[in-house]
Amino acid sequence: MLELVNVSTYYGRIQALKGVSLRVDDGEIVALIGANGAGKTTLLNTICGMLPARAGDVTFAGQRITHLPPERIVRLGISHVPERRQVFGELSVLDNMILGAYHRFGKESKAAIDGDIETVFEIFPILKERRKQAAGTLSGGQQQMLAVGRGLMSRPKLLLLDEPSLGLAPLVSKEIMRVVAELRSRGTTVLLIEQNARAALRIADRGYLIETGKIVLEGTAHDLAADPKVQSAYLGQGYHHS
Amino acid sequence: MPADIAFERIYVELYQQVLQYLMTGVTVGSIYAIIALGFVVIYNVTGIINFAQGEFVMLGAMIMVSLYKNQVPMVAAFVIAVLLTTIIGAALERLAIRPAKGASIVTLIIITIGASITIRGLGLITWGPNTSSLPAFSGDAPLVIGTASIVPQTLWVLVTTAILLIALYLFFERTLLGKAMRACAINMSAARLMGISPSVMAMVSFALSASLGAVGGVVMAPTTLATYDMGTMLALKGFVAAIIGGMSSTPGAVAGGLLVGVLESMGAGLISSGYKDAIAFVVLFLVLFVRPNGIFGGRDTSKGGL
Repeated sequence: MLELVNVSTYYGRIQALKGVSLRVDDGEIVALIGANGAGKTTLLNTICGMLPARAGDVTFAGQRITHLPPERIVRLGISHVPERRQVFGELSVLDNMILGAYHRFGKESKAAIDGDIETVFEIFPILKERRKQAAGTLSGGQQQMLAVGRGLMSRPKLLLLDEPSLGLAPLVSKEIMRVVAELRSRGTTVLLIEQNARAALRIADRGYLIETGKIVLEGTAHDLAADPKVQSAYLGQGYHHS
Repeated sequence: MPADIAFERIYVELYQQVLQYLMTGVTVGSIYAIIALGFVVIYNVTGIINFAQGEFVMLGAMIMVSLYKNQVPMVAAFVIAVLLTTIIGAALERLAIRPAKGASIVTLIIITIGASITIRGLGLITWGPNTSSLPAFSGDAPLVIGTASIVPQTLWVLVTTAILLIALYLFFERTLLGKAMRACAINMSAARLMGISPSVMAMVSFALSASLGAVGGVVMAPTTLATYDMGTMLALKGFVAAIIGGMSSTPGAVAGGLLVGVLESMGAGLISSGYKDAIAFVVLFLVLFVRPNGIFGGRDTSKGGL
């Protein structure tokens, strides 16, 4: 579904991604793990078009999207839930969700969009309760739910999630991960970035380990979690994969 | 007690005068508010301060006047003047701002100054240097309200401003396009991830500001005279009003416009009419000294809900 071949991305003269190759197949949850500053967010920004690659190719569903702007890429079916949530704070919860479906207005019936709003409300009932409230007044966890819900409103084939559990209480973070795992059964493919490697590998099918802009390890989530290097550096002492 | 009676007469006279100045101030201030709103709409979406804002007002007024002189009925002339100016506003974004994609904001602001000079020049070529007048929409017989008398055109200005404010509010609160523009103002990159195109929004903001300016120009034309260079001072006053309001706040722009209008009118009436134009800038300095972010400012919208 998504394939990156030898992708290199720069911030000015600083090279943030050094020839990254990666693939996400239909119906998978793929986790990208790595330390802070390893290039995880850069990789997502390269895929979604915010920070186009300077070398290499990004293909999605057979189409080359390397140099398309983000507003075009979302129309093709890639929805990016950005780091630190970035909900529209002054707009209501419902308006945030409506804007998530922005590019579908005029192409699809209002009933289809309203139906998806109801679906998101089913996944995150708290959003329905708070639908008229300004998004900025929600708690961190609720904002994350809104960010994911807003991302789903574009009806993506592929959802890019950037650190959805960052800064959340363990219970809330667990709830978000449960929903991400559930998305697969709804037919959404997910590329998930996490510093919390343990939580990510628990729900993922496959994973990649990125270090200083390079993919250094790839494999099934099970294999990665069992790898001694991953265990000592990212999972912490005494971790046993079940 | 003759001294008391004399004092009372002075008091009543002063009261009536102040009331009259207040009304004039609110009327002029409404126009400043409309122009300030034009600045705010473009600034919020693009970060550009559009110094051609006054030229939109001039275009609205001048197109209206020349259509009216050619026997086009008032209502039709109004619609055409506003539509034409709106198209010119959109064209300005397309032809002058968009080709400079990737340039710094300062460069883009300088482009708008260039556009302002160009449009004014074209106005001079088209309409000549003379002032033209437009009759009031519904006669000149003054209406007496309490102790102050007002000309009917004043009511047109006030009612039009009120309608524009309500329409703008509904646009930003209720329509998808309005919400998308607010999303751009709050967080441009998140808005792009929703599929909202910054260049389309920039064009819409220029078109919207142009139509606001044009409406302001048309309704104010009968109260002043219309000339090719009327936009310059109006843009400066509107800019002052927008800054006083915090540059990104809609209610702030309206309050700023009314404040500048009223202070200007009071100052001109009670101190000296020679200081009329200086007053707006004195107010600007005072506000910038005391509250550098404007009265309604102090919050960086680009940070949004983060």
